[in-house]
Amino acid sequence: MARVVIDPITRIEGHLKIEVEVTNGKVVNAWSSSTLFRGIEIMLQGRDPRDAYLFTQRACGVCTYIHGLASIRSVDMAVGANVPDNARIIRNLLHGSQYLHDHIVHFYHLHALDWVDIVSALKADPKKTADLATAVSPNSPKAGVNDFKAVQARIKKFVDSGQLGPFANGYWGHPAYKLSPEANLMAVSHYLEALRQQARTARMMAIFGGKNPHVQSLVVGGVTCATDLNPARIAEFKYIWKETMDFVNNVYLPDVVAVAGFYKPWGKIGGNRNFLAYGDFPQTAKEPDSFLMPRGAIFNRKITAIEAVDVAQITEQIKHSWYEGDPKGFNPATGETKPKYDKYDPESRYSWMKAPRYKNEPMEVGPLARVLIAYGKGQPETKKLVDAVLKKLAIPADALFSTLGRVAARAIETKVIGDAMEGWMNQLVGNIKKGDLNICADWQMPAEGMGAGLNDVPRGALGHWISIKDQKIANYQMVVPSTWNIGPRDAADKMGPLEQALIGTPVADPKRPVEILRTIHSFDPCIACGVHVIDRNTNEVYESKVLY
Amino acid sequence: MTHGKGLEERLERQGISRRDFMKFCTALTATMGLSSSFVTKVAHALANAPRPPVVWLAMAECTGCAESALRISYPWIDELLLDIISMDYHETIMAPSGAAAEKSLHDCMTKNAGKFILIVDGSIPTAQNGAYGTVGGKTMLQIIKEVVPKALATICIGTCASYGGLPAAAPNPTEAKSVSEVTGLKTLNIPGCPPNPINLVGTIVNYLMFGKLPALDDKGRPLFAYGKTIHDQCPRRAHFENGEFVTDFNSEEARKGFCLYQVGCKGPETYNNCPEVKFNDGTSWPIQAGHPCIGCSEPGFWDKFTPFYKSS
Repeated sequence: MARVVIDPITRIEGHLKIEVEVTNGKVVNAWSSSTLFRGIEIMLQGRDPRDAYLFTQRACGVCTYIHGLASIRSVDMAVGANVPDNARIIRNLLHGSQYLHDHIVHFYHLHALDWVDIVSALKADPKKTADLATAVSPNSPKAGVNDFKAVQARIKKFVDSGQLGPFANGYWGHPAYKLSPEANLMAVSHYLEALRQQARTARMMAIFGGKNPHVQSLVVGGVTCATDLNPARIAEFKYIWKETMDFVNNVYLPDVVAVAGFYKPWGKIGGNRNFLAYGDFPQTAKEPDSFLMPRGAIFNRKITAIEAVDVAQITEQIKHSWYEGDPKGFNPATGETKPKYDKYDPESRYSWMKAPRYKNEPMEVGPLARVLIAYGKGQPETKKLVDAVLKKLAIPADALFSTLGRVAARAIETKVIGDAMEGWMNQLVGNIKKGDLNICADWQMPAEGMGAGLNDVPRGALGHWISIKDQKIANYQMVVPSTWNIGPRDAADKMGPLEQALIGTPVADPKRPVEILRTIHSFDPCIACGVHVIDRNTNEVYESKVLY
Repeated sequence: MTHGKGLEERLERQGISRRDFMKFCTALTATMGLSSSFVTKVAHALANAPRPPVVWLAMAECTGCAESALRISYPWIDELLLDIISMDYHETIMAPSGAAAEKSLHDCMTKNAGKFILIVDGSIPTAQNGAYGTVGGKTMLQIIKEVVPKALATICIGTCASYGGLPAAAPNPTEAKSVSEVTGLKTLNIPGCPPNPINLVGTIVNYLMFGKLPALDDKGRPLFAYGKTIHDQCPRRAHFENGEFVTDFNSEEARKGFCLYQVGCKGPETYNNCPEVKFNDGTSWPIQAGHPCIGCSEPGFWDKFTPFYKSS
């Protein structure tokens, strides 16, 4: 048995440590530990409910905006505000912008280096790379021989400088890397291009949000960007949207399919059985019926039997987490957060995350859950794309329940949501044309109130629960996507979705566990983490040495 | 000016024209408060200086500061990373994890002892000897105390590292503190939640060009960026003087872009250059989006300015 500990896990948001046991080259046990606690829920108590969104948005700067949105929706509900149509649309457009930005950055900058060997790109033939790029995507930009020659020369110069910066000590040359040198060069080229595209795409959010990261144009009841509801600003938004969608259609989606073609065995690794989505993107005031991405739950992979979601069945369990209280926990509407750190002990308590459960079961949330539920419910746009990707890769539908499925689902929903945004822009223009300039509801702060903001954000189902007393926040609880996915074992000692997904992952070299990173990163964790690997045969512990 | 061999030529190969490059240098020079005669010197510093080693440590943070840095344009972030600095440790972007990641940090600190620039985001939890935040099995408190004294200079990016920020908001559950409070050492602070990346680049360029960090105010902030209040630079200032105020976000006054002082704007107490440089390549900033300034770059943010929507 080998025990492998990876701490810190990089290319994620936050602080995460992962520990796994490896027997005969496969993971047989896993523990996921979140190693940072900030206590935002505690600091909200007693504050003005209107301020909550500005605090909670800072839960994460990678998935910026969405904790602000979740908070505002919970307070909207608690005070009974009827959000005007323009505010609904602008919030959707901001949210769509976040998806486009976040998923592009995740694939290229947080995940790609687990699949792409930069050093191998130096061996590529630029002419063959140009042919490959054009075959993969006929409209691929900057896909000429000279383009790839320039990228290759740039990498060579960088490598020759001896200052490898963020690429030093990567697992380059690892046998698990399967792309041809030409595919590696194409991917590295798009890695660099995506660095620029994401900066341009982020401007969409700044148009109606004031800035990115961390928008500042939401208020309880609506939005504030009154002077931006004009043709010039909407046209600017549309221009960047179109440029971004060109990138999604001609680069991101084709790249995902091309890379997946080299990694088909990963269609059988890293899968889960249960999935949950709250759904999101209300297309009218009617929720959840009008959601673009529908609400639902899947048990035991039965995508033909999507269940309705009963929020009262959610609990946050703490038997293995550094908190005081009932191990079986509470529903978040009445939840509590009382930190009590003792020590890291995989047999007992080992994470700052709680373990959210639905009907006492671990549920995977995020792109794969949303796409499976949309697919199961027959949403036409999703169905068409999923079927096309499966056909192109010549893999069966159950390959979706995997690390590869998770990566593909993220790209598929990027296009589904991105395409829908054009309709929302047109709705906004239609309203303004009719003279409807309302962006914020009239409302009064009640003495007491309760609200829940249920959202589906890039990383999955996100809920904020608020209770108001004497016009102040009495209690506030957030149950975030990465807690669903990355959280520890529950009161019944059942593993969390990431822990479960790691079981069976091949590990060729416990000292260079790139395969483990593939499954971890496929969840796009939003916490800083670390992984530990143990060799069952030698009992050697490959702890990350602290070398500061 | 000297050019041709450095960044500029590399930029041209990447499809960024000399005109674009000089546009950036002009904007940066203005941001830094230098006269236009410095534009060519800024270009020279960017194009020809060796790549200084940089370590970026993430403490109790949200990664918003790192994401903000990724939004820089002219030069794009790939230019910054490949051609201007050597980002030897940055958990959000680096290829290796675990022991391999820590080797990167160790290698940089050994090879460049006393010569690397340290950038820190996030504040440092100090309760229970730092147990609320660990990386690689060490508390953030230990890490910061060990690494900061070895750096040439420490740049705190964001309000958390600079002054405590969000984790330090009452009741400060983890007893989070700023880098300076924990180490007793002076830091250069680029506060904001998150700050505008142009102010980070401006600081680095100042270092490359003059061989030293820029002039600071008494709160450790570069004067080129934090020398004036938001209020004094605000394009809505005339409405304040005329007594024209927004009191309702869904009103004719809001649509006319009147002053946000009565709905809680903290512009008069906040030192920053948001109105001049705006965010995301000049796209917008909070007051342009109709929302009051919340004072995010000031010491004491959050508690000093909450409740936000009440005029002070």
